[in-house]
Amino acid sequence: MTYIPKPKIAHPSLPRNELGLTRRDYEGSLSTLCAGCGHDSITAAIIEASWGISLRPENLVKLSGIGCSSKTTAYFVGGAHGFNSVHGRMPSIAMGANAANRDLYYIGISGDGDSLSIGLGQFCHAIRRNLDMLYIIENNGVYGLTKGQFSASADIGTKAKKGEVNQQPPIDPVLLAMNLGAGFVARSFSGDKKQLVPLIQAGLEYPGFALIDVLSPCVTFNDHEGSTKSYQFTREHYEPVVEADFVPFQREISTDYGAGEAVPVMLHDGSRVVLRKLAEDYDPTDAHAAYDYVQQHIAKGEYLTGLLHCRPTTDTEFHALNRTPEQPLNQLPFGKLVPGAKALDKVLARYR
Amino acid sequence: MAATDTSHPDYFHKVVDCQWACPAHTDVPEYIRLIAQGRFTDAYLVNRRSNVFPGILGRVCDRPCEPACRRGRVEEKPVAICRLKRVAADHKDEFRDRLPAVPAQKNGKRIACIGAGCASLTVANDLMPLGYEVTIFEQFAVAGGLMRTNIPSFRLPGSVIDEEIAAIVDMGVDLKLGHRIESMRKLLEEGGFDAVFVGSGAPKGKELNLPGRQEGGANIHIGITWLESIAFEHIKTVGENVLIIGVGNTAMDCCRSSLRLGAKSVKVMARKPRQFFKASEWELEDAEAESVEIVINRSPKSFVVEGGKLKGMMFDVMEYEVDARGRITAEHVTAEEFLPADDVILAIGQENAFPWIERDLGIEFDKWEVPKVDPVTHESTRKGVFFGGDAAFGPKNIIWSVEHGHQAAISIHQHCMDKPVAERLPPGVNLQSRKMGMHEWSYNNDYSGIERRLVPHVSLKERFKKIDIEVELGFTAEQAAAEVQRCLNCDVQTVFDAKLCIECDACIDICPVDCLTMTPDGDEADLRTRLKAPAKNITQALYVSAPLKHTGRVMVKDEDVCVHCGLCAERCPTAAWDMQKSWVKWPHAADQPAAAPVAATQEASR
Repeated sequence: MTYIPKPKIAHPSLPRNELGLTRRDYEGSLSTLCAGCGHDSITAAIIEASWGISLRPENLVKLSGIGCSSKTTAYFVGGAHGFNSVHGRMPSIAMGANAANRDLYYIGISGDGDSLSIGLGQFCHAIRRNLDMLYIIENNGVYGLTKGQFSASADIGTKAKKGEVNQQPPIDPVLLAMNLGAGFVARSFSGDKKQLVPLIQAGLEYPGFALIDVLSPCVTFNDHEGSTKSYQFTREHYEPVVEADFVPFQREISTDYGAGEAVPVMLHDGSRVVLRKLAEDYDPTDAHAAYDYVQQHIAKGEYLTGLLHCRPTTDTEFHALNRTPEQPLNQLPFGKLVPGAKALDKVLARYR
Repeated sequence: MAATDTSHPDYFHKVVDCQWACPAHTDVPEYIRLIAQGRFTDAYLVNRRSNVFPGILGRVCDRPCEPACRRGRVEEKPVAICRLKRVAADHKDEFRDRLPAVPAQKNGKRIACIGAGCASLTVANDLMPLGYEVTIFEQFAVAGGLMRTNIPSFRLPGSVIDEEIAAIVDMGVDLKLGHRIESMRKLLEEGGFDAVFVGSGAPKGKELNLPGRQEGGANIHIGITWLESIAFEHIKTVGENVLIIGVGNTAMDCCRSSLRLGAKSVKVMARKPRQFFKASEWELEDAEAESVEIVINRSPKSFVVEGGKLKGMMFDVMEYEVDARGRITAEHVTAEEFLPADDVILAIGQENAFPWIERDLGIEFDKWEVPKVDPVTHESTRKGVFFGGDAAFGPKNIIWSVEHGHQAAISIHQHCMDKPVAERLPPGVNLQSRKMGMHEWSYNNDYSGIERRLVPHVSLKERFKKIDIEVELGFTAEQAAAEVQRCLNCDVQTVFDAKLCIECDACIDICPVDCLTMTPDGDEADLRTRLKAPAKNITQALYVSAPLKHTGRVMVKDEDVCVHCGLCAERCPTAAWDMQKSWVKWPHAADQPAAAPVAATQEASR
């Protein structure tokens, strides 16, 4: 963190997006995380991504639970809506909000503790319901807020700051999400914005549940030798296998992709996610193949990164499945939203 | 691109734009911080070390620092550096006891300075503490040179000049007033001096020989001579209609003086449009605020004299063709115009003139009768004779003269110690961390968004009552307190150590002005296009690190609009970034290794 807020002064030639806003307009309040925390870089990537797709700040909802990661929703897009929920219960709040207003963008920020320990059940059911949201896990392998105990994502053999070795197997959110049928599953690294920013943009636009597991080193408790989630270890062991570019509707796909290796995935509004395979024997659109491929590499101690699995299906999305009204509840006419005692009697009569 | 060599003394010096632009390399941010702390005497002395006359320069300096100021690139207006200098001078306490001591025992070397202007006085200021005996010859009965005679007292009060000259003269300078040097030969042969410094200025105003010049001569004046006569109270009135020819800073002084001597209508006649004016923008503004009319595109044609009396002037009305780069490609005369005038003042430039230097003394002159002077050592073609100020390279301004004085003093010192004059200590730079704790810096690193303060002026009604009412009042305490916070502390440098960086991006994310980027290396032209914000200002350096440990990328900082808020260093988990104060060592005579010759040379000279 810093002791003064970022000064309200900007580079004179800072570019503006379609709304006439600069990157600076997508910032939030002063970060109180440790200096060098990976989470702050993810915050910067979210700012960059939201600016890049000209997201209206008032059309974004930021949700989080408890933990270092969950604090970060305060640090980006100050003009957005926000809800800081009970530990591990962010998906329930997202569910309710999304059910009431499907027109907004939902971004949930969670951590390995919030999602893989106390909130594991909530996390799984959000995937099962295919809730239309971008779910980011800021994954650092430790409970930073309580002085660095191993979390459920700590790898076997990784060392704590004082030398203790972890012996319990980790829960991998990427494998878990693929297993539960998520249609958009990505892994990235806080230190690689070039990869992360387009992933966030694609995840925001994806019509359904989008997970990005971001390796985000804890500079205070998990950035030492022997840690498998330090800056250095991550840089040495992460391997991008799929590059993803988000191409908004109406814009041409840039032509610098070699034929055959670019796989466009159409989204419902005409936007596309263009996947570019870096490994020949890998098919990111096939869930089973992707699952096996990722698992094999985890066994070898390698973090595959990029948009590991993506499929364009939208028919299982929450609103489609539940046949909810097109209009957000706050825009429905009062008579339709509150049909009155007679209508209630009709409904009750069905159960008599 | 090769990693930036920050050990080169110029690298961090250039980052401090104001200090780099100042001919005397005044440590501007340092004195502004001292003013912020209320340490006015300390601020005055930081100034005095470099520019010798803070009180004078705080009023009338040409301020090359202000157009250079980084604040002018971050927002519109630079810091009011010059006006803050005056704050230090106006509020200082006794400072003379803190000047370098002058040894009672002299080193036996005698130096003659010709002209008691800023250049000669600087030479004396630098050499007196080293044990030299300095004699200054001055033609007038008061010291100060053009500062005294050409700058009107409503801009620079005599008392300010008196105080700052006294601080030098009271070191024991032998000041010979009313002593005009008529022959260089006589001075060299009979004076018994070890070195001679010519600081006699550029006292000859340019003439405008047009029809009617002779006939109307009684009412046609040479600007600088006319100002001199006002300063010595030989001229106390002027006609109702006055025309000033020329649009430089002297013209501005002439037009404003005319108003104070009783002129009702004053017009400044400019040959070209405004973008070609030589006067500083702020001097133009001050003149126009006093209802002086500046008439453009009028080329003087003749003086109109009737019955032996000047009636006015005839002008050609000009039209210019200007190309895309702002240069004049053609000019046309479209008409003729007569303007009535009771007095005309010519302010079209000035020259140095040396009728008193015989041409067979080994002091060579070029075809324009300008002495051949080494631009570094200030030595003429005759050993032991040095030139400085306007006398050396033509009219510049006070701050340049002061720096000439410093450099000539080094040469004179080397010359008198029998060392080569070209053997000079190179400039240097020292760095000192400003880190006090986790998030604590020993400078105020927050950015203040307030706008430039405007100096209050005496009301237009009051200021014309007497000729010596100083128009500018100086900043109020509140204004000074606000203005100092506008300084960006460019001397507190961002210093990067590539070995410590873990490439966490923290600095890049927090930088408010997007000046940092980690990127694969490339040549400079390529790198400038690949930064987070494109680095289009090629006059500002890129600070490029050695390859980083993890990825081999380089850290690139575009110095252009860095506001030195220190957040990169504050957020860096490994202290790879640090904020360090740069002390630019710009050597003066006292710093030369030959210094301290007092005792050693005592015997030899007796």
